[in-house]
Amino acid sequence: MDFSDALEIASATDPGMVRSHNEDSVASDATKGLVVLADGMGGYNAGEVASGMATTVITTELQQLLERMPAYSVDEKTGKVMAEKIMRDQIAKANTSIYQAAQSQPQYAGMGTTLVVVLFYDNRLAVAHIGDSRLYLLRGEQFSQVTKDHSLLQEQIDSGLITPEQAKQSANKNLVTRALGIDPAVEAEIHEYDASLGDIYLLCSDGLCDMVSDEDIGMVIQTLGANLTLCAHQLVQMANDNGGRDNVSVILVRVRQEFPAPRGIVAKLKGWFK
Amino acid sequence: MAKLILSMDGLVLKEFSLSKERTTIGRKPHNDIQIDNLAVSGEHAVIVTILNDSFLEDLGSTNGTLVNGQSVKKHFLQNNDVVELGKYKLKYVNEAPAGQIKAADFEKTMVLRPGALRPMAPPAPTPVAAQAPAVPAASGLSSMGAPPAKSFGDTMVNQAPIAPAQTAPNPASPTAPAAATGPLKGAIQLLSGGNAGRELELTKPLTTLGKPGVQVAVITRRPQGFFITHVEGANHPVVNGKTLDKQAHPLGDHDIIELAGVKMEFFLKS
Repeated sequence: MDFSDALEIASATDPGMVRSHNEDSVASDATKGLVVLADGMGGYNAGEVASGMATTVITTELQQLLERMPAYSVDEKTGKVMAEKIMRDQIAKANTSIYQAAQSQPQYAGMGTTLVVVLFYDNRLAVAHIGDSRLYLLRGEQFSQVTKDHSLLQEQIDSGLITPEQAKQSANKNLVTRALGIDPAVEAEIHEYDASLGDIYLLCSDGLCDMVSDEDIGMVIQTLGANLTLCAHQLVQMANDNGGRDNVSVILVRVRQEFPAPRGIVAKLKGWFK
Repeated sequence: MAKLILSMDGLVLKEFSLSKERTTIGRKPHNDIQIDNLAVSGEHAVIVTILNDSFLEDLGSTNGTLVNGQSVKKHFLQNNDVVELGKYKLKYVNEAPAGQIKAADFEKTMVLRPGALRPMAPPAPTPVAAQAPAVPAASGLSSMGAPPAKSFGDTMVNQAPIAPAQTAPNPASPTAPAAATGPLKGAIQLLSGGNAGRELELTKPLTTLGKPGVQVAVITRRPQGFFITHVEGANHPVVNGKTLDKQAHPLGDHDIIELAGVKMEFFLKS
């Protein structure tokens, strides 16, 4: 199944105004309905290596898997759709690759990356994330954050220690509690949601949401939603105009058509003869 | 490091630095900060310090804890907060506002492992440290002002960054208005069409013009000035008789814009 008619995807990534390296990495495949964004960390160029490995491993592996096994197909063992399982497996694979590289090569020691992956299938989307890279959704007039950061700040907010307003002033914005490639195993947080026609999804690294307020991000997507490429560049530009202290990456996905899984008689027949 | 200054009736008694993760306050001698006064409970309050942030928590004291005159259970301490326990005052001083933290360390994402409150230190200082002072935002036109018309489509892995080297300041740019002090103000006046004569102030960072589905352009307000960019529609906007391409175009005072059959004038307000 080809999603490129149903989904419009635009992305932009920029080192920002202060950093010399871009440790963010983005990848997308409109035909498979897959978008991946990673924000690497670690000395020298290790951050780039980690985020690059994450996006490459996850996209190529998922592309191959989805050829053979559509995301909506049902796992016979659990009775659930495959989407969640294949994402979990590939994220684990990427984690192992990065962890082993970090262990075996001293210049990569301690490298890791945050991650957000979205897989569209059957009018739904499966969202996996680790760390503080985020997914937002603009549906109608409503702009909201879908993922919840794995960060010290978020934990402090959850435990009632500080309010979201106080969080904006905190000096501990940059501490994540979960990352890909740091430990031998990592648990990705995966949720599924219904997609609806006209939705615009935004994947972004913390370089955007730390520099530009959620209200401004929502306003840009609402006003420039007709031109996603321009919208992506506008968001990067606003982060840079506000100081651009970190790498900035954004991926925008618009649902142009519904994309139900094939359920006709032909599809059933094909399924039997597989 | 943050510290607390203990005083009573305006007299400074002692200073305590918040070096521990938990600093206890109370009347009993085992407290880190002992205040021997009957109005203070045995175990009155505790301050939990995580890196640069400190949190005050009242431990169910008899007479309560006030911060800046307000009774609190839990409080995220800010520089110059005054904590009151009975007649005693503790002033919280944290002399490291975000601006003083070295830019290289600033917002470098780090992993916090469960069980250890110690962030992973990067193995070695990165070359970024050499460029520590932040680039002033208004140092000229950045290349982002005119993003290259790239087509984004199929798989892109590790997409090459938009070269930072090209963001060199370009103060000689003829059309960009001189860097103004304070936020720039601009407006659009319609010159033709049904609403001719009407004025539209450009107060928002983004203002869209035109008819959705037919032709839309956006005017963005940036530190360097105002820019107009084509958003949607088959026809691109015309500025001073010249049709724009896909890139952002800086607007000068009294530029004439033609869009969806309507003429309008852009001007700067002082």
